[in-house]
Amino acid sequence: MTKGKIIGILSNLIQIKVLDSVKQNEICFVEKGSQRLMAEVIKINGAIAFAQLFEAGTGLQAGDEVSFTGELLEVSLGPGLLSKNFDGLQNDLEAMPGSFIKTGQRSPALDLSQSHKFSPLANVGNTLMAGSIIGEVPEKALKHKIMLPFKFKGAYKLLEVAHAGVYKLDDCIAKVEGEDGRVHEITMVQKWPVKWPIKVYKEKSRPSDIFQTGLRVIDTLNPITEGGTAYIPGAFGTGKTVLQQAIAKNNRADVVILVACGERANEVVEIFHSFPELEDLATGGKLKDKTTIVCNTSNMPVAAREASVYVGMTMAEYYRCMGYKVLLLADSTSRWAQALREMSNRMEELPGTDAFPVELPAVIANFYGRAGITKMADNRRGSVTFLGTVSPAGGNFKEPVTESTSKVARCFYALSQKRADAKRYPAIDPLGSYSRYLDYEEFQQFSEKHIEKDWIKKVNKAKTLLSKGIEARDQISILGDDSVPLDYHLDFWKSELIDFAFIQQDSFDAIDMNSSLERQSFQLNRVLEVCDRSYEFEDFSAVSQHYKKLINLFKQMNYSDFNSEDFKKFNQQIEDEFKAEQIPAS
Amino acid sequence: MKAAAFQPVYTKIKALTKATCTLEASGVQYDELAWVDGRTAQVIKVDGSSVTLQVFSGTEGIGTKAKVVFSGSPPQLKLSPLLAGRYFNAFGIAIDDGSELQAEERDVKGQTVNPVRRQLPSEFLATGIAGIDLNNTLVTGQKIPFFANPDQPYNQILAEVALRADSDRIILGGMGISHDDYLMFREKFEQSGASDKIVSYINTSEDPPLERLLIPDLVCTTAEYFAYEKQEKVLVLLSDMTLYADALAIVSNKMDQIPSKDAMPGSLYSDLARIYEKAVQFQEGGSITIIAVTSLNDGDITHAIPDNTGYITEGQLYLKKDPESGLTIIDPFRSLSRLKQNVIGIKTREDHPQLMNALVRLYADAAEARSKKENGFDLNAYDLRSLKFAQAYVRDLLDVQLNIGPEEMLDRGWKLLSDHFEPFEIGIRQKFIDTYWPK
Repeated sequence: MTKGKIIGILSNLIQIKVLDSVKQNEICFVEKGSQRLMAEVIKINGAIAFAQLFEAGTGLQAGDEVSFTGELLEVSLGPGLLSKNFDGLQNDLEAMPGSFIKTGQRSPALDLSQSHKFSPLANVGNTLMAGSIIGEVPEKALKHKIMLPFKFKGAYKLLEVAHAGVYKLDDCIAKVEGEDGRVHEITMVQKWPVKWPIKVYKEKSRPSDIFQTGLRVIDTLNPITEGGTAYIPGAFGTGKTVLQQAIAKNNRADVVILVACGERANEVVEIFHSFPELEDLATGGKLKDKTTIVCNTSNMPVAAREASVYVGMTMAEYYRCMGYKVLLLADSTSRWAQALREMSNRMEELPGTDAFPVELPAVIANFYGRAGITKMADNRRGSVTFLGTVSPAGGNFKEPVTESTSKVARCFYALSQKRADAKRYPAIDPLGSYSRYLDYEEFQQFSEKHIEKDWIKKVNKAKTLLSKGIEARDQISILGDDSVPLDYHLDFWKSELIDFAFIQQDSFDAIDMNSSLERQSFQLNRVLEVCDRSYEFEDFSAVSQHYKKLINLFKQMNYSDFNSEDFKKFNQQIEDEFKAEQIPAS
Repeated sequence: MKAAAFQPVYTKIKALTKATCTLEASGVQYDELAWVDGRTAQVIKVDGSSVTLQVFSGTEGIGTKAKVVFSGSPPQLKLSPLLAGRYFNAFGIAIDDGSELQAEERDVKGQTVNPVRRQLPSEFLATGIAGIDLNNTLVTGQKIPFFANPDQPYNQILAEVALRADSDRIILGGMGISHDDYLMFREKFEQSGASDKIVSYINTSEDPPLERLLIPDLVCTTAEYFAYEKQEKVLVLLSDMTLYADALAIVSNKMDQIPSKDAMPGSLYSDLARIYEKAVQFQEGGSITIIAVTSLNDGDITHAIPDNTGYITEGQLYLKKDPESGLTIIDPFRSLSRLKQNVIGIKTREDHPQLMNALVRLYADAAEARSKKENGFDLNAYDLRSLKFAQAYVRDLLDVQLNIGPEEMLDRGWKLLSDHFEPFEIGIRQKFIDTYWPK
């Protein structure tokens, strides 16, 4: 293997004089006494390689030895990834001893000596391609498919396959012969370089089905589809993380991969703490059992932030290949972009906007492009749905990360500072946000069939009422309460009703935090129906009185179990409110 | 601070800027401490045989033949229980009258706590200030700054909060604070009778700005010592983080780094996160809670320093003057404590979350009414009621001078609601209204 010596150090960027050949993005290790510090080559100039250290550079000296591995940054893929907590380089955090992470400390993602119950699915003589299923292993609630490694090119003949039984991860469970006559031994674990998309599928299809998040403002007003992409930009304090965690809890995916990229450690701790207790809505099992966490918090090595999102995406693609519905959440993609900026800056590259590297838009586009629904050769269908948060500097969406993301993500959930200040959570701006999937014919067909007839018309009607309400509010605040027609007050209060009764949702209330599609459709119809009734009011304060009472009742309904006694009682009280207060003008 | 016998002395400096000097040297470690004509410096770049040092007290008067000696190790700090009650400067040298400490030296750049070994912070940290305890409840192990304009008495409030909160140990890091404020801290600490649980590292505005860069590491290392090794409940005070970031910008500028937003270094987020993320609740029982001050320019929170801070810390407390009463309050709209969900309604009374939100929402109605009034519109009956409510809310709860218990805050809250509103106007769960609405 190639060796080298450090000749320059600037924070976590090292320059290495290399003695032999070296690859771009090759992994190398600085040998420092008993410590081995991992780094990735990011630029080569003649005999000098520039590498980013996945550690702090403290204590390094010019002349320190570096050894190159010949490999790119790879992850291990195999049974046992679910419910694990990894760092940004796929080290198993639980397996590291002590309260502190020591410099250069590593622990393998999968313990190869662990045994799993393997059952063969392919037969000897079968022709296999990369991604073809050889057998399966139970992993929590899933059947973890063992596939022909993705690095294999061309067709292979299955020579031998292990009988059903218990095997260690690194035991040979199959032998295959390539077209060149060479025989390869297959284990249950394979490796894949994180920056390369896994493209062993037959085709990618256009998204059609809704991906339920349990949040009304998303599922109803701006739905994301299975295999879709979305991004959530918001200033600090607007509730990005709470929103993402709510989605992580309420979804119906088979596998959830959470990437905490350069964010707060305590937020991850909260997930560690709550997920083992929470129930998975899809299976009734524990949420933890389908969740893998990749955690590179803001005080962990900066260079590993970039790695962390790719590690998460690669594991997501791996489970997609098996035929599962995977949700990938990354909080926050801005921290990854900042890590790129720090490095680009240290390398003295000419900067793009706001000192970000000029390739940022392309890097982001490629990453979002890895999501989607795929069909494998045997038509098994899997998906990666991706939601990323963006932390725009100063809360201003006109900045490179937000802008680059807007070009590739199909759903946009704008978190509004104004709504957050008014404690109207989730602070997603219902009109400023969008879902491009609402225009998809595939989604329209889906909603007609699986939600209800004319669903999208109703959604649009709610949005129209909301925007009329905003206009009315502006007029009222310009002209004053008394100087506008009563209709303006009506319009305003209808939009307030939709906001309070439908859009706002309490993520910390056990009942309100998650709303089923059935409940959402009931609620939307009920709210629209109430808005449709027209009444005579004495004056504008009678309007606000009436709607405040309705809002209160709808809120009480949201806090009650769907169709419970309380729920029905409050629903009835809404009717009574009409009878008591006003006489229909018809 | 003398070089060991075998350490060579370099006397040929190649280049000097206001903050750095560069020379040819071999066998130098990255981050190593050094002395340039007796001034403390640190290695910040190695390029072949050329080494760049950051000179903390500035390079004014340093000659090209200045003597440079390397220490052979990164910055270190003496740690001992005897630190308690003492005052030190940015180099860890005592600035009070006490004797020199004899203790074991340790590297100041600590390691990262493994996130899976952290405990969920869930212990209520009461301060007696309703703007904090009621609206933005603090939790041990949290990190939170005060955002304040220069005209706000933020250091006084910081000292007040620190002394009222329950802790075993307080570590104060003063960065560029005025000498007057330094004396104020000393006086308050001594008056409180708790001065022997306090350790202070002070860099005042008279001291060279780059020396400030050393303060957070000293403070955090000391905090970690007491919290991890002694299992104590440690409260860290850092003031003023804006001046710390300004010092970062100076170094980055002298290193020819391309500045990002507001002339701040591109690594500002990581630099600040490294400090704030020291806040932790250890599984063994000890904890570090960080309360900092980030001073603002005319309330501008989109500036890179408060902006990056907001993304790192678990909330923020805005100090502001109430326009009507002139009282200093913690702004209920822009302030936030992210960890309050771990304690409110769990460690405090069940009605806490909903009551708190209702009060703030109604206070927002009052703010709207006020702007209506300012624009010359007639106020309706509801507007007038909400304005009256807002006055009472500030007087009976938000005033930072008040010192009241958590139950009392909630009772006062319900009293305010029933004095000014009807139950259907407050949007609180019926169950709580039935129990707590004053009869």
